[in-house]
Amino acid sequence: MSENLITVTIDGIECKAKEGEYLLNIARANDIFIPAICYLTRCSPTLACRICLVEADGKRVYACNAKAKDGMNIVTQTEEILEERKAIMQVYDVNHPLQCGVCDQHGECELQNYTLELAIDTQEYAIADTKREVKDWSSVLHYDAGLCIVCERCVTVCKDMIGDAAIKTGPRGGDKLDKELKESMPKDAYAMWNKLQKSIIVPSNGTDHTNCSDCGECTAVCPVGALTERDFIYKANPWDLREVPSACAHCSSACHIYYETRSESISNPEEKIFRVKNEWNYQTLCGAGRFGYDYENRDAKRDPDALVRAAETVKSAGTIKFNSMITNEEALMLQTIKEKFGVKLVNNEVKPFQEFLKHYAKAAGHMLYKDSFADMRECDFIISVGSKLRNDNPAARYLFNNIQKMNKGAGIYFHPVGDTLIPTFGKSIMTFEHKPHDEEYALLLILKLFGDHEKLPESVKEKFNEDLVARLGGDSESFEATFEKMMKKKESFALMVGEDLYYHPKAANLAKLVALVEESTEFKVAFIPPKSNALGVALICDLDQECEGVVVGYNEPGDFKISALGDGEFDIPAMNQQEGTITNMNKRVVVLNAALDYNGYTLNDIMNKLGLGESLTVDWTSKLPLNKGYQVARFDDLPDGFKNDMSENRGYLLANLSVEREEIELEEFNEKALEGDIAYRCNPQRQFNDFSDKAHQIFEKFALYASPERAEELGERVRVDFGESGAIELPVEVDERISGEIVEVPDFKSAYGVYDLFGQNRYAEVKITKV
Amino acid sequence: MDLENLKDRNIGEQKYRMLDLEPTPTTGWGKFKRVLRRSVKLELLVGLKVTIREMFKALFMGEMHTVKYPFEKLPISPRYRAIHEMKRLLESGHYRCIGCGLCEKICISDCIRMDTRYDENQRKEVSEYTINFGRCIFCGYCAEVCPELAIVHGGRYETASEQRASFSLFEDMLTPIDKLKEQKEYPGFGAVSPNADENIKPTPLAY
Ligand code: SF4
Ligand code: SF4
Ligand code: SF4
Ligand code: SF4
Ligand code: SF4
Ligand code: FES
Repeated sequence: MSENLITVTIDGIECKAKEGEYLLNIARANDIFIPAICYLTRCSPTLACRICLVEADGKRVYACNAKAKDGMNIVTQTEEILEERKAIMQVYDVNHPLQCGVCDQHGECELQNYTLELAIDTQEYAIADTKREVKDWSSVLHYDAGLCIVCERCVTVCKDMIGDAAIKTGPRGGDKLDKELKESMPKDAYAMWNKLQKSIIVPSNGTDHTNCSDCGECTAVCPVGALTERDFIYKANPWDLREVPSACAHCSSACHIYYETRSESISNPEEKIFRVKNEWNYQTLCGAGRFGYDYENRDAKRDPDALVRAAETVKSAGTIKFNSMITNEEALMLQTIKEKFGVKLVNNEVKPFQEFLKHYAKAAGHMLYKDSFADMRECDFIISVGSKLRNDNPAARYLFNNIQKMNKGAGIYFHPVGDTLIPTFGKSIMTFEHKPHDEEYALLLILKLFGDHEKLPESVKEKFNEDLVARLGGDSESFEATFEKMMKKKESFALMVGEDLYYHPKAANLAKLVALVEESTEFKVAFIPPKSNALGVALICDLDQECEGVVVGYNEPGDFKISALGDGEFDIPAMNQQEGTITNMNKRVVVLNAALDYNGYTLNDIMNKLGLGESLTVDWTSKLPLNKGYQVARFDDLPDGFKNDMSENRGYLLANLSVEREEIELEEFNEKALEGDIAYRCNPQRQFNDFSDKAHQIFEKFALYASPERAEELGERVRVDFGESGAIELPVEVDERISGEIVEVPDFKSAYGVYDLFGQNRYAEVKITKV
Repeated sequence: MDLENLKDRNIGEQKYRMLDLEPTPTTGWGKFKRVLRRSVKLELLVGLKVTIREMFKALFMGEMHTVKYPFEKLPISPRYRAIHEMKRLLESGHYRCIGCGLCEKICISDCIRMDTRYDENQRKEVSEYTINFGRCIFCGYCAEVCPELAIVHGGRYETASEQRASFSLFEDMLTPIDKLKEQKEYPGFGAVSPNADENIKPTPLAY
């Protein structure tokens, strides 16, 4: 962004900032401390706490919502402001239970911290307390209203970031404040108290349960011990936990996380992960990342005979079948095995994506999509094509939502499976429930609406004559007016491309169309890699289509199974037990650290047996292929974290290398509509793979998911017949946020071979019968 | 400080008096004479006079001066820091420890461990608590930091045993429930100071 920088002075220090940035963020970026409780970066200010009061050019303003103007002079503390802040903290302490001793927030509690920071040693205020109940809102959420200071951070994050808006403020039933206080006490403290005394937090749906995405982000942002994870309550004191920075390995966002570990108990000194935390001001997690952490391979042992057997099997194998739960380093080792011994590498999760990237690269002239999701946060118009946003990639979904909330944005969501949540993200969201495999028309519509028609080939423009809106299931009459309204004051645009496009009969065509969008429009374009390290595997490995000979399964079924799940012939460490890197959807190579001990062998040991190894697994990090954009970087030198100015300082960004460009020639569009019952390969929220399934707090079942109406029709258990490729029997589960007839078949358990059922597509014609 | 000061031992004025000793005999004959003289004068018994007197008193007059350890023990200072005790609430008999973990954190030998859980009454239950007495240095920090006066040092200083583990579990340290009436407050480190009331500012109440 080439915005003009302005200068503001905070406490005598000159700070450069973007015009219109909030004062609080500027102060933070420049290491100047302003107390603030209710503000969350990347979300809208709520002015609940008022403690961030500062003086700007002599006027009292709230640092979290006052925008910077050039030449502004800010004083962060005056006597009057200090008085207000002290009164605010005293009010927060009124009737707050004296239970720090047992509270799970003890030691990292912002109420404790600010009470001490402002040296509150007396209480001047009092009011009769109200009985406030302890509630379990969901399988993971625990709310103790007695501890809640109604800062509304949970409400804000759930609405502005997550998009569920599953919680809101509700009536507290507290006494009214004494009128005299209005005169006698500092006025911001009074206003804050007045509001506090009226509210607590309740689920928005009027019941006792949130029925939400169970991401747990609300528990992360809660400054006190009011909202906590059910599983963690009273289990360990925060300061006893060892913090291990790492990355979540479940989806391609590879979010930055901290594993928090401690010895399991007095009788069992083994290290165990107690919970996962995140830098919630910079990084938002989903339920899989937060709760799906205990998938380690526990009882692995070193058996030299097994190592010899494994090395021999790998050497003589026909195929190694793996998936994207793999680090860049391990992927590189597999590639090395392929190069040395001619073993085939098969990866159902990545192969079509790799093909798609190749087609795209030829059409676009560079290897990778131009932009990253991180760059898109500034956009105010976002389009998603080919991704079941709610399930495929939580980070992309949060982005879609966040743009609506923060940038007064608009969005278009193209997807055949109806979703009742996405339209609630904002007022300017248009959804197209088009037919499966009609994604080409969605991209055409984007080209027609936004493209520079001069730059487009005739073969594309020809197709603009068709009524694309109608083809995509929209209402062409009202479309124009609605679209015009959506486009008002929109300046920057973004397109997210999802997995449906890679698993598509016309994937090559789609890749070319995406390249055209990138070239002929102003859109920022980024792809959602299908699974965890799909991008890394796609770049590092040369994949084959079909299995051949003896199949060695690497976390996949096979004739010889090498597995981090503890169910194979040879053990390898799980992603929370090893060091390495992942290539995430932002084209960033991020660091994984080992949270837990691992006593067995690794793939590198097999490599050493084969005479191809390095002394450490992370010695492979600097050998990642330069011709794919990787750098020669030592693992130990890779940075990991965020800076105060919110910038991400993790690993490094891949270089987007140029490739030879080919003339774009489109093939015939897909005209074959799917008929009868249609199944869609899609996991329930919070489930991504065998590992998330192994975690004890992930409860989502391996089942057929359908809209409430469809589930009712289908009964309890069904057989889904895919014709030639086979059939599968599944229990039926309702997903209240699905609408329409299409049913979802998950692929997170590799043993079921769901990829083989669907083949190269994500949609399939099936026959569903009750059993 | 410079070296000069160090060198000045500053011992002040001393008043030493030389003992008036006869010269040490050097010849064999001289030595023999001295032994003979000392034996006949029974100087030894002069030295033992007090001992013998007290022995008679103890044996025949019932005036014993030593403690018949281990049958008898001396009372020790209440501030002595020996094996810990875990106190109970006098009202309910429930253990006082709330599982806050402060003792665990402050312990400089890192020898305290506890397991806690969320119990059926929505309380934090201390399901197990141990101190590794092989490492404990009896510094008293745990007792000082404890907000509940739950962990204190007791007077049990005899720590010789086959295994120190034998008195390091929660139940070993906890006041036995039938001895609750005899439980005494601990006046040592971390106890409420006698003038505590004066130091507290009352919190206003709206009832
Ligand atoms: S929320 Fe904070 S202040 Fe309140 S009891 Fe817990 S630790 Fe103490
Ligand atoms: S539950 Fe926590 S985050 Fe939510 S309003 Fe209360 S204190 Fe704030
Ligand atoms: S768990 Fe996530 S979706 Fe549910 S209420 Fe909390 S923030 Fe909202
Ligand atoms: S599953 Fe994806 S979105 Fe969720 S925490 Fe992990 S990396 Fe982030
Ligand atoms: S400091 Fe006291 S209350 Fe806290 S855990 Fe230790 S013994 Fe229990
Ligand atoms: S942080 Fe600004 S009002 Fe709360």
